[in-house]
Amino acid sequence: MKALGSRFAFLIGFLVGTCTLYVFLRQVWFERTFSTRSQPDGLEKTAAQLRELEEDSKNWKKERSALFNLNHPHHKGEDSHMADELYKKVRILCWVMTGPNNLQKKARHVKNTWSRHCNVVVFMSSVDDPDFPTVGLGTKEGRDQLYWKTIRAFHYALENHGDEADWFLKADDDTYVVVDNLRWVLANHTPEEPIYFGRRFKPYTKQGYMSGGAGYVLSKEALKRFVDGFKTKVCTHTTHVEDLAMGQCMEKVGVVAGDARDTVLRETFHPFVPEQHLTSKFPKSFWYWSYCYYPISEGPNCCSDLSVSFHYVDASLMYLLEYYAYHLRAFGYRYRYQPPAPLGYKNEAWDRSEGGHSYSKEQPAIQRGPLARVESPSRTDRKQEVMPPAAAEKDQPAAAQDDKQ
Amino acid sequence: MLSEGSSFVKGIALGGTFCLLLSLLGSFAPGMQSSPEDHHHHHIKAPTKDELQSLSDSQMVELSQRVRVYCVIMVQPSVLVYWSTAKDTWGKHCDQAVFYSSESAKALEAVDLNEQDEWAKLRKALKHAYDNAGDLRWFFVARPTTFAIIENLKYLILAKDPNEPFYIGHAMKSGELEYVEYQSGIVLSYEALKRLVNVFKDEEKCPERGRALWKLSEEKQLAICLKYTGVFAENGEDTQGKGLFNSKSVGSLIQDSMNKNNLDVVEGCCSDLAITFSGMSPNQMQVMMFGVYRLRPYGHNFHDSLIFLPPEGSDND
Repeated sequence: MKALGSRFAFLIGFLVGTCTLYVFLRQVWFERTFSTRSQPDGLEKTAAQLRELEEDSKNWKKERSALFNLNHPHHKGEDSHMADELYKKVRILCWVMTGPNNLQKKARHVKNTWSRHCNVVVFMSSVDDPDFPTVGLGTKEGRDQLYWKTIRAFHYALENHGDEADWFLKADDDTYVVVDNLRWVLANHTPEEPIYFGRRFKPYTKQGYMSGGAGYVLSKEALKRFVDGFKTKVCTHTTHVEDLAMGQCMEKVGVVAGDARDTVLRETFHPFVPEQHLTSKFPKSFWYWSYCYYPISEGPNCCSDLSVSFHYVDASLMYLLEYYAYHLRAFGYRYRYQPPAPLGYKNEAWDRSEGGHSYSKEQPAIQRGPLARVESPSRTDRKQEVMPPAAAEKDQPAAAQDDKQ
Repeated sequence: MLSEGSSFVKGIALGGTFCLLLSLLGSFAPGMQSSPEDHHHHHIKAPTKDELQSLSDSQMVELSQRVRVYCVIMVQPSVLVYWSTAKDTWGKHCDQAVFYSSESAKALEAVDLNEQDEWAKLRKALKHAYDNAGDLRWFFVARPTTFAIIENLKYLILAKDPNEPFYIGHAMKSGELEYVEYQSGIVLSYEALKRLVNVFKDEEKCPERGRALWKLSEEKQLAICLKYTGVFAENGEDTQGKGLFNSKSVGSLIQDSMNKNNLDVVEGCCSDLAITFSGMSPNQMQVMMFGVYRLRPYGHNFHDSLIFLPPEGSDND
């Protein structure tokens, strides 16, 4: 009896010991792996803020509540000579409609992503904020203030930055803009033309007006006429519906509503997020159908490869779009749509990508283009000489590009 | 009474020591799962630009012929919408995309494996793929809930010889076993698949129905069988060491990067030449098609040493 009892006690003790230590060890292990990951939150945040300020000062020159681009983003291993040329010749001032309550929620993400590709960026708010920085337009906040803010913002832009840009873009703090593609659209025009571009809507006006959320861009001449229009009272604050009021004023002062579609007539400015344009079937009763100036395409044809803008973009979609547009790519992929170089720009011979080794599932035989082998630009300066006579024909299509009537 | 008490105490002491010893030995670690951050002793890095430049013309031609991929896509009727999405999106970029189903579905074409067990399905599919490979030498295994950028896969394996055994993906460690995570796609070279199909015949090393007390997942079973043939899991990385195979969706990876307060959210997220993402909705996959194969900023060009042409008869890429 006694022997059995003590063995039993031993067994119980063994189990208790194992379990206790298991629980104890689990705690200890857990804590150890945890403590290596979590640092005191407060310290992390200020360190991050300091790094951000440092990074900011490298990329922007803050002056008079505007951010002047010092260092627009480049990628390792890319040939961006065309983008750089357009950056110099098609100078864009981006002004972003925001408010004091949205600086950290929305405007900050604009600042971290697409606005870095503008020549100048100004964040327009009702209140001055020297740190962000934002310009205080002296209005209140709210939907009914939208046109007031727009009027004052454009006036501010012309007055303070008229000489520093050729084109003036208005965007919301939930608009994502691919600024390089905007330059491609604008490069076939001059800032002296009285013209503006965006997603064209047709009702209420003769020549149509541009959707506010999808963003719109005025030439310098258009901006001057806008400001003059208010001086001469040809234009006034007619309604708070900012985009319509803008369109009505533009019509009055003789500014043309431009066609921003690409050379295969696909839209570039978009009033919704990519998922909706690419996959949604909008119900026929939806206002969108009756508003669009040009025929709507659903599915992949909705949107140009060189899309310029999307609207209703939240914080994480801002970064995702930046990743899709500027980072994620398919190695070696030859895009189906080969956009022509803008008039007057050196024909992008490299765009054609006919050199190198073509690979296609359907044709197992390797296609060799007229070039034997594409040399990396960094390896040789003989870029242009590598082109055989056949390349000369390629210059013609670009010059003959007149289908944007 | 006293002897019972002392036995009890001895019991506790011995129990505690026993537990400590076990955990120290490492094979039983309380509270620790297979940690993906473990240093991967086997990893495969994508070739650098310089490495590719140093290849001759004829070598390049040869490599581009060799780097053709047979996609093994494991579907079932319950995920019909993913099945059709895979077919309409990334599947078009495989040199051959074959769908293997647990049971036949009238709506879509697939090889009917007539099998419900995951491991048995995988075995049958891989055997079928091996028998029908033709002259394709690389195999990519995925479920249709994964999105793959095949061109980037080709770039990763471009300079690798498929007559050598390769078993690549997002390598994970579970105890002593290193395996490739199924969720983010599995890459097998011809040689690896050949050895695998051979060891399938060995019921001892690679049983068709798992004999273990607890059922191992099919990804681990695969790793065990391959290990017997001398093939080990390797982690696929870009030239900077960033993982190319992702088991999360691009949206959640971006969100993770945002939560980490990264200075550059996009830089801290994912590789520019990522190969797979998992857990995205069919609509999100269509958006990714647009983002990868169409949307780009004008004026930025990468003069890659190899060119892949777009597939015929397609409009979303």
